Amino acid sequence: MSGSLERLIYMANQIARNLATDADPVAATAQHIRSFWDPRMRAMILAHLAEGGSGLDPTSRAALLRLREAA
Amino acid sequence: MGYEFQPDFGTPASRADVDVTLSIDGRSVTVPAGTTVMRAAAEAGLAIPKLCATDTLKPFGSCRLCLVEVEGARGTPASCTTPVAEAMVVRTDSDRLRRLRRGVMELYLTDHPADCSACAEGDCEVLAQADAAGLRTVRYGPGADHQCEAMDVSNPYFDFDPAKCIVCSRCVRACDEIQGTFALTIDGRGFGSKVAAGLPSDDFLSSECVSCGACVQACPTGALQERSVKELGMPDRAIVTTCGYCGVGCTFRAEMQGEQLVRMVPWKDGKANRGHSCVKGRFAWGYANHKERILNPMIRASIDEPWREVSWGEAFAHAASELKRIQATYGRLSIGGITSSRCTNEETFLVQKLVRAGFQNNNVDTCARVCHSPTGYGLKTTLGTSAGTQDFDSVEQCDVMMVIGANPTDGHPVFASRMKQRLRQGAKLIVIDPRRIDLVRAPHVEAAHHLPLRPGTNVAVLTAMAHVVITEGLADEAFVRARCDWDAYCDWAAFVADARHSPEALAPVTLVDPPALRAAARLYATGGNAAIYYGLGVTEHSQGSSAVIALANLAMATGNFGRPGVGVNPLRGQNNVQGSCDMGSFPHELSGYRHIADPALRALFEADWGVPLDPEPGLRIPNMLDAAVDGAFKALYVQGEDILQSDPNTKHVAAGLAAMECVIVHDLFLNETANYAHIFLPGSTFLEKDGTFVNAERRIQPVRKVMAPLNGFEDWQVTQGLANALGLGWTYTHPSEIMDEIARLTPTFAGVSFAKLDELGSIQWPCNDAAPEGTPVMHVDSFVRGKGRFVVTEYIPTDEKTGPRYPMLLTTGRILSQYNVGAQTRRTANTVWHPEDLLEIHPHDAEQHGLKEGDWAKLASRSGETTLRVTVTDRVAPGVVYTTFHHPATQANVVTTEYSDWATSCPEYKVTAVQVSPSNGPTEWQEDYEALTERSRRISAEAAE
Ligand code: SF4
Ligand code: SF4
Ligand code: FES
Repeated sequence: MSGSLERLIYMANQIARNLATDADPVAATAQHIRSFWDPRMRAMILAHLAEGGSGLDPTSRAALLRLREAA
Repeated sequence: MGYEFQPDFGTPASRADVDVTLSIDGRSVTVPAGTTVMRAAAEAGLAIPKLCATDTLKPFGSCRLCLVEVEGARGTPASCTTPVAEAMVVRTDSDRLRRLRRGVMELYLTDHPADCSACAEGDCEVLAQADAAGLRTVRYGPGADHQCEAMDVSNPYFDFDPAKCIVCSRCVRACDEIQGTFALTIDGRGFGSKVAAGLPSDDFLSSECVSCGACVQACPTGALQERSVKELGMPDRAIVTTCGYCGVGCTFRAEMQGEQLVRMVPWKDGKANRGHSCVKGRFAWGYANHKERILNPMIRASIDEPWREVSWGEAFAHAASELKRIQATYGRLSIGGITSSRCTNEETFLVQKLVRAGFQNNNVDTCARVCHSPTGYGLKTTLGTSAGTQDFDSVEQCDVMMVIGANPTDGHPVFASRMKQRLRQGAKLIVIDPRRIDLVRAPHVEAAHHLPLRPGTNVAVLTAMAHVVITEGLADEAFVRARCDWDAYCDWAAFVADARHSPEALAPVTLVDPPALRAAARLYATGGNAAIYYGLGVTEHSQGSSAVIALANLAMATGNFGRPGVGVNPLRGQNNVQGSCDMGSFPHELSGYRHIADPALRALFEADWGVPLDPEPGLRIPNMLDAAVDGAFKALYVQGEDILQSDPNTKHVAAGLAAMECVIVHDLFLNETANYAHIFLPGSTFLEKDGTFVNAERRIQPVRKVMAPLNGFEDWQVTQGLANALGLGWTYTHPSEIMDEIARLTPTFAGVSFAKLDELGSIQWPCNDAAPEGTPVMHVDSFVRGKGRFVVTEYIPTDEKTGPRYPMLLTTGRILSQYNVGAQTRRTANTVWHPEDLLEIHPHDAEQHGLKEGDWAKLASRSGETTLRVTVTDRVAPGVVYTTFHHPATQANVVTTEYSDWATSCPEYKVTAVQVSPSNGPTEWQEDYEALTERSRRISAEAAE
């Protein structure tokens, strides 16, 4: 796992943790990543998700699943 | 146009709204009540002789030169201390008055050097006033005088010559009333009285003086005078422009002799600074002509080679071919740019346009990423716009100031002086900061509460304050019902009211004394108009955006929005960091903070620019560096930023830059980033260009070219050269055309033009049909987003934790005399105040670690280590150390980590777990880096082809 993938996993989890008090944390996390991450970052973390997504918290995982469906 | 002094009406303007009409020398004059007779006369064009009065200071009434006759009144009152009255009849000239004034002037002249050089140059009011008083000869022979007293030349920028001093106290009063430092006194009495800086053993440099220049400006003689005027003589023309240093945005008169800058004098009509300045803007402009400035473009194939000077044409052609080659090889998204918060709006706008229209991606970011990006996110989320809510004048109507994570006396000195003025008038102060910043206890200023929290716990402290507001029934429910989303408020109120958010429950985390926190919250909620001023101590955390949101929540809950004296005010760091954000420097948004994904918005820009735009957000700076290390990002154009020194985890930044094939640095000097660059494009200073900056109060101010660029081009022209080498065909001939484009594409700037700026002096955005002259206070009747939105902010501790290996917390900041990475200020005499970065450590910790004042210490974190000297002080709490990042030799950012704000990736500079230990010199990294710098700055002797 490269350094930047680790960073992306950390970022996704951090976003999810901070949006945990939102009315719909999964949607809010998905929307945040969609709005602020460039396509390569999103592709990288979705590829990681496809490989099992180790290290992703439940909310960030659910948010990424939702992003994948929308893509 | 010849040189003229700024007009001086003798006493400050009255703000009364009732008018009074009187007669002065037979003329009917109408002025606001409370105006002095002196000012009323001056406004009517009748100058009354004066020495101790000047319109930036309260009247003093000591010199007795300004006497007038008032019908029906006894004697000859001093016009500077006599207020006007309805139907008053004043005479400013008569035989008796002339006789009296001559007598006064004669006494002054017996103790004023006959050969006063300032008099001869016209920079001394004494001779002029003697003339005005009709004095030709002095009857008294030479007697005892002060002509032999030694000059104080300790300050690098101005001298004090007691021989020329007339003891009018203007300097003392300027230091007290305007600057608020109280560094000067009049020692002794009668003939023996003289101006003294600090204690008898002090000179200006060793005293409390912060070299703001207010006393020099106030001095009517040449006693306090800029050294540059002594060396170069008086200026022959003056142009009003805006300071290129900090986000206060002081306006100055650049006073010139031809192309030579003689002095920068704060402009009295400047709405941000009201005639005041700090040592940087006033004096530290020598870098503009520093010998290390690079004036010719340079290129090299690899960073191991020396630089080779080339023509501009060759530099542009080479840069364009490299960028094209890299995009052809690695893809459209493999290149990007960084805009500068020091350059003008027009220049910044062009860099992001180059990236979006020329590189055809959105890989553009700006240094606000590492400072106030959480401000943008937090205020936009809650209020609907990414900027501070007030103007600076608002502070005059504030009753309670809450300063959190900011150190205004160092970071925003001119605004700090205005804060101190208001505090001396009785406003109350709450300071929330791990350090005891100077504002906590300044002359005649004492904070009602200082909450020294543990670094990294802002959100917990603010939630605890909100807990007090809600549970003690201090919220302004009427305001919330009228102005905010009520349901969101109820959710938020229930959240903060939870017992786990009480000051007592959170004290083990925040280390803040619960009764003190309760008292501070009560004061904020009930003390009248309460204004929040905050800085990077709020934003540069893993919960920076949450803390900004928490501040907005607190202000909404207490009704502190929409009028003067209140609000949430970010104190922004660099001169144009607000503007660079406004101009669309972030990778996800176009100018005016509008998301790039919006098709209608893109269509607007596409029609104007004639190119399709990429709808996907681009890379932020840290992600550009990550992508570079991954091999996916290969070229970067950096205008006016030094990311190697300013960004966190220097080793990672260096690795990212080293992995790129083409780094283009566009700057004044070979900065640290340029060690890794392949193309260097020389930049121009703020004195050499036209354009605009936006300060921390959203004030758009003109920057005017006072001299030709030494490198031949203004920065916008360089960007245009690069764009045209890429085939973009830009044809701007003046920055005003770029502003017209910004106005046409950005609703908040719709009404802005250079012509209107010339007419109004400055404009606070939004400026449009609804607010043609701009908007001093925002969110007056409703928030920009409609209803204010409360957002719950759960405190989540940072993952940067102390432990046995790294038991202490490092927090970073800056000091008054240096600016940011120091590239400019280190190249001026300001280094006498701050020759190196020091590590502040509490006496207990110093003792435990065996460190004494001045010892070398090693500072190590999980990222890296560096060494620097320590200073032992109890202004930091035990367990906390503090340093600045102004000097590349220290490289404080070798130590900072990559933890960052969850929403914006703004680095967590303010919390790093560290270990401190004695050391005897630089680390291996510091030594290697110095060698690299030396190697990398070589310029080949071969001339350009
Ligand atoms: S330069 Fe400023 S701080 Fe120093 S003595 Fe003068 S007014 Fe006071
Ligand atoms: S650095 Fe800031 S406070 Fe100092 S003169 Fe410039 S704008 Fe004003
Ligand atoms: S100017 Fe009025 S007393 Fe000095």
